[in-house]
Amino acid sequence: MGDILALAERYRNEGADEVVFYDITASPEGRSVDRAWVRRVAQVLDIPFCVAGGIRSVEDAEAILNEGAEKVSINTPAISNPGLIDELASRFGSQCVVIGIDSANVGQGADNSYRVFQFTGDPNRSRNSGRDTLQWVKEVQERGAGEIVLNCMTSDGVRRGYDVAQLTAVRAICDVPLVASGGAGSPDHFVDVFNKAGVDAALAASVFHSGSIAIPDLKTTLAAAGIEVRL
Amino acid sequence: MSAVAIIDSGGANIASLRAALARLGADSVVTTDHDLIRRAPRVLLPGVGSAHNAMLRLRGAGLDQLIPTLKQPLLGICLGMQLLFDRSDEGPVNCLGVIPGSIGKLQSEPGKPVPHMGWNQMTQVREDPLLDGIGSLDHVYFVHSFFAPTSSATVAITDYGVALTAVARRDNFCGTQFHPERSGVVGARLIANFLKQGS
Repeated sequence: MGDILALAERYRNEGADEVVFYDITASPEGRSVDRAWVRRVAQVLDIPFCVAGGIRSVEDAEAILNEGAEKVSINTPAISNPGLIDELASRFGSQCVVIGIDSANVGQGADNSYRVFQFTGDPNRSRNSGRDTLQWVKEVQERGAGEIVLNCMTSDGVRRGYDVAQLTAVRAICDVPLVASGGAGSPDHFVDVFNKAGVDAALAASVFHSGSIAIPDLKTTLAAAGIEVRL
Repeated sequence: MSAVAIIDSGGANIASLRAALARLGADSVVTTDHDLIRRAPRVLLPGVGSAHNAMLRLRGAGLDQLIPTLKQPLLGICLGMQLLFDRSDEGPVNCLGVIPGSIGKLQSEPGKPVPHMGWNQMTQVREDPLLDGIGSLDHVYFVHSFFAPTSSATVAITDYGVALTAVARRDNFCGTQFHPERSGVVGARLIANFLKQGS
């Protein structure tokens, strides 16, 4: 809890434009995100923040939004129960409803075939849901998703750059804000994903947590590359 | 008496608004009580969700009759600003009618997805105490799918494919399309400016 608040304030002070809190083990462990800290975060943060983790019902989402989060992000529960997206969008408006998608290329060679994975918070339970990523991106928009965070699993954690090919394919059919996730290792990776894949935002965790990329330096690099950022 | 009465419009951003006020040392009360609202030095009208549902809720509490009669500074935020206009296409529904004009739907286009969510610059088009000390090109945080076209009530505009009203005012009624409570130091300054009014 202390760590969460300190990190939140650090990122806010460094110029992060949004903070996403992932409780990634919530779905595999069959529980909802712990809400006690959401209100504390809302008290200190004056930038938008999104909460993700095991939100399975309108009531789960409402509790988190009422504590002061801007948005809730749904991943595994949306795959198990797609109607939840419709319910959330109709109750709170699309702008509150972020759909997180963990996607990997399961194609052979040059044949790209993107599939949605679920329960990805636990390596032992993570599995291919069988859903085609591009079809799923279309479906969640029709159901009322207001934003999509595409986490490209083959890039995630290896810091070799975002999966520009996959993000470009999704961008082509995504009319709502698209956030790139997975693979950031250097400031140039951010420049690439904005310029080549046309995403609206780029998310990263480990490079910021470790301090290997400082947010002010990153934003200076982006601005120098002609990408509009809040400095 | 609390410095601000926040009209309980059922929106989910009330907690973050109260936190933003608390960071500025202002206490607030969340209410639909006519007497409390009428006597408050300042009134905030938040709103998240659809204009149709928000108006139903305001009407259910008789607030559609009360709000237009208020004389103290009132700040509508996001949907709360839109509700100050005559009507909204989101329904469609008749709104509070204290600012002339009609709310329309944003059309998505390449590079401008809808909902519009993110940090954008605003440009001030006329002087207003709400924007004291705020630079014309400062970024503020937007989350919306409907917008107020520019009009004589427009104080600041943001370009998002169309020129949309970022800040509006008519007399004591003002509003921001963006979320000052989530717009960092710029938003905090705007709220502080609002708190200076009516005192």
